Amino acid sequence: MRFGLFALLVSALALGQVSTPTPERQQALLDLLHQDCGSCHGMTLQGGLGPALLSSALAGKSEAMLAGTILNGRPGTAMPPWSRFLSREEADWLVTQLKYNPPRFNDATRP
Amino acid sequence: MRNFIRFFSGRYPIGLVLLAVLSQTLLAEPRGTGDIGLVVERATGNLTAINTTSRRAVGKITGLGDLSHASLVYSPDERYAFVFGRDGALTKVDVLENKIVKRVEQAHNSVGGAISQDGRLIATSNYDPGGVRVFSAETLEKVADIKAEYGEGQLARVVGLVDAPGQKFVFSLFEAGEIWTADLHDPKNPKIQKFKAGKEPYDALISPEGRYYIAGLFGEDGLALLDLWNPDAGIRKIVPEYAKDDPKLPVFKMPHLEGRALIGDYWFLPAVGHHELLVIDRREWKVVRKIALDGQPVFVIPRPDERQIWVNFALPDNDRLDVIDTRDLAVVRRLTPGKAVLHMEFTPKGQEVWVSARDDDRVLVYDTENFRELARLPADKPSGIFFTSRAHRLGL
Repeated sequence: MRFGLFALLVSALALGQVSTPTPERQQALLDLLHQDCGSCHGMTLQGGLGPALLSSALAGKSEAMLAGTILNGRPGTAMPPWSRFLSREEADWLVTQLKYNPPRFNDATRP
Repeated sequence: MRNFIRFFSGRYPIGLVLLAVLSQTLLAEPRGTGDIGLVVERATGNLTAINTTSRRAVGKITGLGDLSHASLVYSPDERYAFVFGRDGALTKVDVLENKIVKRVEQAHNSVGGAISQDGRLIATSNYDPGGVRVFSAETLEKVADIKAEYGEGQLARVVGLVDAPGQKFVFSLFEAGEIWTADLHDPKNPKIQKFKAGKEPYDALISPEGRYYIAGLFGEDGLALLDLWNPDAGIRKIVPEYAKDDPKLPVFKMPHLEGRALIGDYWFLPAVGHHELLVIDRREWKVVRKIALDGQPVFVIPRPDERQIWVNFALPDNDRLDVIDTRDLAVVRRLTPGKAVLHMEFTPKGQEVWVSARDDDRVLVYDTENFRELARLPADKPSGIFFTSRAHRLGL
């Protein structure tokens, strides 16, 4: 029983580590978002040749679909797959931020 | 009298100090701007003015808004820059005084602009509302509004806006798949000519003499060519090898098409999605050679003497620059200026190149003959670098 609890604790910790990127990695992901995604979606995410990524624009869209779009791209459009730059968990984290905790641009460049 | 002498000499020569201050302000040496450039600091909305002779930053202009993907053009006298911000702002900057002269918010989302052949008109390329707006270079008052209408009154996003001989602007409509020319001899009544170009033109260039306008197509293979000396011949589709992306080689940054990338009869254009440069013979408009590279090229810019071509790359290879020798078309040098190498600008005679490394917050200056680093300047997320010599080039 005691061992089981320990195992549960360890796996929960491990899970926590996987699903929430480290603060440094979070910053790197936000930089990627504003600087590199920003070359099509606009640095302030208001859209450019790619659509806006503001929380209002993403409101009706499922998180799984959005994370899938980041990782796999959208064939037939200019959106490439980004899976070589970030993991599934990191894409999920980014989608959560975009939808529910929209990063203000200055937060990303001026930590 | 003694007091007067003391005023200019002795232990506290206040008069001399005053004279020095006055001469600094009132009698400043007149100077030109031919060795001045502007570096866009995209994240903070600032410009850093640099001097290519001293290789130093000489000024900072702040408060220009969202400068992601910002570009600028210069007035014919090289005194003023017109800066096109992503947020739709058009700002006139005095590069001698390092200050904003005038600023208008002319659209909601914008991607660049051009200055007319006579230097009197500024045109902006807008995504929202889709179209081109034309302003007086003197006052920034709006003189014309060209709506990029297609289909049933929808507005297309405008890309690839350039100036052309005959007081024209030429641009492409992304959703409409069209190329338009606008004759601004009568600025209030632009004469528009429309051409079917192909699916989703995403960027364009004009050849250095102003004859050929070439748009890259995202929605189909190939390029759309318009001969401005013979517009009635319409659009010609060229270079089917200019293919869109291969699923195995996703495009993490769209290449830029550069009007300067013409050497003799050969165009050097970045292939979309492929790790190569295409060499196109403009007499036949055929690909005559492909130069293999280790990444997807973004900017392909010849040194002004045409002996070298410098290339930067899309993610994940954006930490380097390759130099191609035009005698044998081989990569002869690789430089690693820093993380996210976004842009490079040659001094007008090509002895130096200035390079921005966005994620390392610096601009580097290289000697193009021996590749030695000559200077390193701090800059806040630098992107485009623009020297005043652009004032006298079509399409820049």
